[in-house]
Amino acid sequence: MNSLRSRIARTGLNVFAGIGLVYLFMPIFFIVLFSFNKPKGNFNIVWQEFTFDNWLSPFSQPSLTSALWTSLQISAVATVISTIFGSMIALALSRRSFKGSGVINLLLVLPLTTPEIVLGSSLATLFLGQTFVSFGFVTIVIAHVMFQVSFVALTVRARIRGFDWTLENAAADLGATPWRTFRLVTFPLVLPGVLAAALLAFALSIDDFIITFFNSGTTVTFPLQIYGAARVRIPPQINVLASLVLFASVALLVIGTVRGQRVQAARASGRKRPK
Amino acid sequence: MMLAKRADGFGLGAIAVASVCLVALGAGWFDGPLNALVVLVLVSVVLGVALIAAVGGPEARRLLAPYGLMKPGLLWMALFFLAPVWSLVRISLSTKESRFSVQYDFTWAFENYTRAFSDFGGQFQRAFLYSAIATVLTIAIGYPVAYVIAFRGGRFKNILLGLVVIPFFTSYLIRTIAWSTILADQGPIVSVLRTFGLVGVFEFLQIMENGKLLNTPAAVIGGLTYNFLPFMLLPIYVSLEKIDPNLVNAAMDLYSSPTEAFRKVVFPLSMPGVFAGTLLTFIPAAGDFVNAQFLGNPNTTMIGNSIQDQFLRQNNYPVASAMSTVLMVGITALVLIYTRFFGTEELA
Repeated sequence: MNSLRSRIARTGLNVFAGIGLVYLFMPIFFIVLFSFNKPKGNFNIVWQEFTFDNWLSPFSQPSLTSALWTSLQISAVATVISTIFGSMIALALSRRSFKGSGVINLLLVLPLTTPEIVLGSSLATLFLGQTFVSFGFVTIVIAHVMFQVSFVALTVRARIRGFDWTLENAAADLGATPWRTFRLVTFPLVLPGVLAAALLAFALSIDDFIITFFNSGTTVTFPLQIYGAARVRIPPQINVLASLVLFASVALLVIGTVRGQRVQAARASGRKRPK
Repeated sequence: MMLAKRADGFGLGAIAVASVCLVALGAGWFDGPLNALVVLVLVSVVLGVALIAAVGGPEARRLLAPYGLMKPGLLWMALFFLAPVWSLVRISLSTKESRFSVQYDFTWAFENYTRAFSDFGGQFQRAFLYSAIATVLTIAIGYPVAYVIAFRGGRFKNILLGLVVIPFFTSYLIRTIAWSTILADQGPIVSVLRTFGLVGVFEFLQIMENGKLLNTPAAVIGGLTYNFLPFMLLPIYVSLEKIDPNLVNAAMDLYSSPTEAFRKVVFPLSMPGVFAGTLLTFIPAAGDFVNAQFLGNPNTTMIGNSIQDQFLRQNNYPVASAMSTVLMVGITALVLIYTRFFGTEELA
């Protein structure tokens, strides 16, 4: 009796989790499905007929393509700057504790506990009152770096916590210059964490809408283009580009998992890590 | 040697002074020649520490290095995060001559706040109510899913976790627009409900209004729940994954029922995840305006919609800034109270 009840509970929980996964994938299914639709009129929201046309012309909407290109440029620049700044903060914080590190931690967490709309509107009030920069590419990059730095610093710090920093001393004792120590010891140690943080920062930047919306001026990023289009006309190419991004990230995930398993297997069998 | 002993003071002091200078410049504390003085202080502080590092010898350099490493990032945040908050509060207390003017006079204009509350009180209420309901729903959906992956995932754990994350690789806006297609009157859900004659039941449950699913409060809350679900699920998964299964076995050996073992062992140990997830879900949800715009109707607007509208369309910066300030203060207060009652030592 008891075992039957617990078996039902077990199955029930698994079914619930399965439904949860279906729920997560529902809009994704529709995005991919409607990338094969031939819409009547301006809005791609009612299923009409199956077509490959959209997939054969993913870049036929010049405004969409140029917005995507702008987004890629902004995110690339912002990610490079924020990854460098954020990793430097993480390195400084993880070496030793010092007075004031509490305040610095608070400063790092605050942007994460502030709603995006407050970050976006307050930064816009800063830019409103001055004449040095006008709203556009530069202000968007500034805004993105501002919220990315926190994410990078916290991610890198979490990844490099508990590292054996005496390795640096060992290098110095063996006569390495500080630069050589950094290049040959510190950098390879922190690199995986830094790369993970950079990926996260890039993902946050390229999909950011609310903060960008307040600081964009006339520059149009990919999310802003979709927002603008959604009121007038939703071309099916949006679905195609979104599906492309989706498939590319799934491929990256699969490659990463397979490679990770291979590295583990190689380590277990004592061979050198495959390049 | 004296220099080395005081390195912490110098390093931290320089960052503090430089940050204050940048906030002063960014937020416009002074005008005219005084600004030049602030720039001078800023430059001399930065150069001064560099000079100390140069003459102080290797020990001073080693001690000062962390401060040098932190400086670019922290000063960026001082200029583009702290200074804007100051100027936001300042503009929220200012008046301007005409609608299209960009000149503000700081006049302690508290009427902006009165207007924010009197005209947009409903939006404030809905923002906090909708995001609170959405947060509870993300726990209700996210916890069981995270539990199954963490304890029954076996060797498929990473693949299942990947499946949870993959939907969020598509753009936030596209996902939300896709929901508006799914929930639309011609969409699949409404037609299934019609076929089975369940529309009345859903209307009784206040989920549907006048036979519609889209453009209802339920749709907005559903959108918020969906879009912020991973921020709840992943922290819970991380804290569940850390639990040693032997603890559960021990509880069972001591004759506790599975329910009891969960209630007394697993659930308390997963609280840090629920705590972090609640913050990561509630805060962005309260400020969101995308879901209310695409899935709601004019009577379901949240405070984010009003801030966006007043700021970017009406150019009414003072009232928009007052609303932003109230939202920021309100959320900070809630977070502090929440941390006091449920807090764990670490946030992120």
